[in-house]
Amino acid sequence: MTQKNQYKLNVNGQTVEVTAEPRELLIYTLREQLNITGPHIGCETSHCGACTVTIDGKSVKSCTMFVAQAEGKEITTIEGLGSPDALHPLQEAFKEHHGLQCGYCTPGMITRASKLLEEIPNPTEEEIRFGMAGNICRCTGYQNIVKSIKAAAAEINAAKEAAQ
Amino acid sequence: MKDEAVTREDRVASLKGMGCSRKRVEDARFTQGKGNYVDDIKLDGMLFGDFVRSPYAHAKITNIDTSAAMEVPGVLAVLTAADLAPLGLHWMPTLAGDKQMVLADGKVLFQGQEVAFVVAEDRYAAADGIEAVEVEYEELPVIVDPFEALQSDVILRPDTVGEDGSPSDGAHGPRKHHNHIFTWECGDKDPTEQVIANAEVVAEESMYYHRTHPCPLETCGCVASMDKVNGKLTLWGTFQAPHAIRTVVSLISGIEEHNIRVISPDIGGGFGNKVGAYPGYVCSVVASIVTGKPVKWIEDRMDNLMTTAFARDYWMKGRISATKDGKITGLHCHVTADHGGFDACADPTKFPAGFMNICTGSYDIPTAFLEVDGVYTNKAPGGVSYRCSFRVTEAVYFIERMIEVLAIELDMDASELRKINFIKKEQFPYKAALGWEYDSGDYHTAWDKAMNAVDYDGLRAEQKQRIEDFKAGKTRKLLGIGLTHFTEIVGAGPVKNCDILGLGMFDSCEIRIHPTGSAIARLGTISQGQGHATTFAQILASEIGLPADSITIEEGDTDTAPYGLGTYGSRSTPVAGAATAMAGRKIRAKAQMIAAYLLEVHDDDVEFDVDRFVVKGAPEKFKTMKEIAFAAYNQAIPGIEPGLEAVSYYDPPNMTYPFGAYVCVMEIDVDTGVTDIRQFYALDDCGTRINPMIIEGQIHGGLTEALAVALGQEIAYDDMGNVKTGTLMDFFLPTAWEVPNYETDHTVTPSPHHPIGAKGVGESPHVGGVPCFSNAVHDAFRAFGLRQTNMPHDHWRIWRTANELGLHD
Repeated sequence: MTQKNQYKLNVNGQTVEVTAEPRELLIYTLREQLNITGPHIGCETSHCGACTVTIDGKSVKSCTMFVAQAEGKEITTIEGLGSPDALHPLQEAFKEHHGLQCGYCTPGMITRASKLLEEIPNPTEEEIRFGMAGNICRCTGYQNIVKSIKAAAAEINAAKEAAQ
Repeated sequence: MKDEAVTREDRVASLKGMGCSRKRVEDARFTQGKGNYVDDIKLDGMLFGDFVRSPYAHAKITNIDTSAAMEVPGVLAVLTAADLAPLGLHWMPTLAGDKQMVLADGKVLFQGQEVAFVVAEDRYAAADGIEAVEVEYEELPVIVDPFEALQSDVILRPDTVGEDGSPSDGAHGPRKHHNHIFTWECGDKDPTEQVIANAEVVAEESMYYHRTHPCPLETCGCVASMDKVNGKLTLWGTFQAPHAIRTVVSLISGIEEHNIRVISPDIGGGFGNKVGAYPGYVCSVVASIVTGKPVKWIEDRMDNLMTTAFARDYWMKGRISATKDGKITGLHCHVTADHGGFDACADPTKFPAGFMNICTGSYDIPTAFLEVDGVYTNKAPGGVSYRCSFRVTEAVYFIERMIEVLAIELDMDASELRKINFIKKEQFPYKAALGWEYDSGDYHTAWDKAMNAVDYDGLRAEQKQRIEDFKAGKTRKLLGIGLTHFTEIVGAGPVKNCDILGLGMFDSCEIRIHPTGSAIARLGTISQGQGHATTFAQILASEIGLPADSITIEEGDTDTAPYGLGTYGSRSTPVAGAATAMAGRKIRAKAQMIAAYLLEVHDDDVEFDVDRFVVKGAPEKFKTMKEIAFAAYNQAIPGIEPGLEAVSYYDPPNMTYPFGAYVCVMEIDVDTGVTDIRQFYALDDCGTRINPMIIEGQIHGGLTEALAVALGQEIAYDDMGNVKTGTLMDFFLPTAWEVPNYETDHTVTPSPHHPIGAKGVGESPHVGGVPCFSNAVHDAFRAFGLRQTNMPHDHWRIWRTANELGLHD
């Protein structure tokens, strides 16, 4: 065990202070200290993407980032994407198009997809498949995940147009 | 109550019963990050346990020193076999009738084996503690090849031999050698040999179905909490069979079953990996008893791939005989099954090689013989069914490869050969040569539909042209057309021949209707992504006439759910689904009496119609199920006790036999070995379809797991028994980038013995998919002389095949 330090993070719009060893991985800080259990642990080697969160506007696998590296950063998890009364279009679309089964990859999948749709607002199927290749799903075969993301993109774009 | 404006169709639709693509009720929590998986469980004072694991595949342990570990801050206890021995818990029974070390008892038999259990305040402290445990090993000769194991003088399991070194009898009878586990024979040996000896044509082939792993995205884990005040043990975990786990825990710990509560929370995929009992469960329970605090154990990915239940590892040798015009006359199959260090495969007791005896497949083969030899090696234990019902994937791979090899031998089209030999519709129920009675099927219709859908003749013409172009140097890509017609055997199973550790494989459903016409139903199964809360409510909605949206489905808590054998082997719909329908019918039977009383007619004068009972011949006189539910609780009805509840324990009379016809069209780059799936057509017949959306989702997923296994996924060992594929860097899980879009199709041939005719679908796409992908690879090279090359067909192996066939010259 090494010395514990204090770290200030901004998680889902809230500033929080945590005390942790510098070696503590961000996923554990989120899950164990902050009770943010949406992001999951699937591989601990950055392959599966179940732990995906957004940090300062980029998709990051929180299982291979130290909490110390997240000091001062803005972190968004699945819990910060929508609320029960106002779901994110991706959350609606995944249900509508059967984009999930066991649900374990889903928080990371949706969190990553939310960034993808900011990077490429109207992606082709190929762009979705390439852009989501860092997130593994064992249940769905991806077909309905692709469908869900396409549908959510259309929904978001239509809402944007209506607002203009 | 009058509602003329509402049509009968409206009433049917509002129930969201069987046959509709009802959206899943599970999704709200999962899409919002509010699932409750075992690692999400947090209890006051909870500790974390983790294993010291063996770096060696075979070694004697001469000493374990835990003293330094006990000095590590945060470490509370270190358990070794010596600590468990007085409790009799250093070994545990496996599901296959063997026993397995919980913690290394003097030696280790595979790399990653559990040696000591460190209990600490959190997982970081546990990891530090593990580093500080000093274990002295003395290396022993390593055997990773089952054929070598059967020749070797090295005794892997001294606990299974007598004082003179001769093997004692195993759980399945006499053993031939000290590293041999069992021999299982099925069918007619001599008649089969005679048929093959006298046949006009015989095709012979050997194939290795490699070792792989189900690798659910969530690893295995548990939280054990021993409440010493009340004497109650609660065990949360990734259990595909929570009731069976409760019984096993009770038997090995001596804690009475009523004092054990096993809870399977949300499970992040199972695929067979979470059926068995693992040392982590036992150690967590002991650690909780020792420390008086809750103890959590969660595998990391490497632990999961290296130590918990693998799948396959079957060396299969076949001979198939036929007449010159392609009528199959006999089949012989021998399997050498590598079970690793302990026989921990999850098969019904009477079936040590699972349902491998479904290996005559979809074909009318009059004579057959199967022989399986199980063998110990220095590899991890397991042998579970990875998205298949007890070795069915191996069986279907075997027969679908043998058909292709026979087609080569006969110089015949492989589709034509299948059509000649399919069991005909009028032959069902069909008694197969190796004992099973297939319930229903219409293979020719399904096959013709598939061949038409993909324009099979057109594909063959294109392939012919491609081969000419290739030979003329115009292209470096070959076209493979993979065919498969599979027959599954699922829904284990009839108690008369299916049990695991003596526990009969029935299943159950208990329904409680609330006074205002909503309901809760509890089952002995547990969903791991299959959507039980959605589909079982649909079965009930159709059976009892209350909307699916008003029915809660609950599973996985042994204190509340009726006893059942859990979810694996596509048994939930065939067994628990049947129990659900039967319990629903009991509800309906009582409702009928109540309705008749309320309508002031005889019981026989009312009939069920969608959501109500109506007076025969007077449909304007009726009572809705909602009205009946209220009356059941609140109206004094002579001769009928209050309440509206039912329970059903369903012992299926037979297995169910889903089937399907698959076609894979694959482009193969001869110079790089890269494969591109241009088309995949999957026709599934799972009998009555409960929720088409969920069925299609299951098929997409099963096909993708099949793609993984066929094209790259394996648990590979080097000669020293080191696992070479212990992380997701090396163990292939396909991403969205590698996976094609699938075309799904169906026919419907209901099961005649299942109350709603459903057969189960979860595993079909995996069982049928693996040979289909593999056959596509083989088919691409058929014109160049390829008969058999073993999976996984990754780019390197395909390149090597092309090279060996001289295609790079």
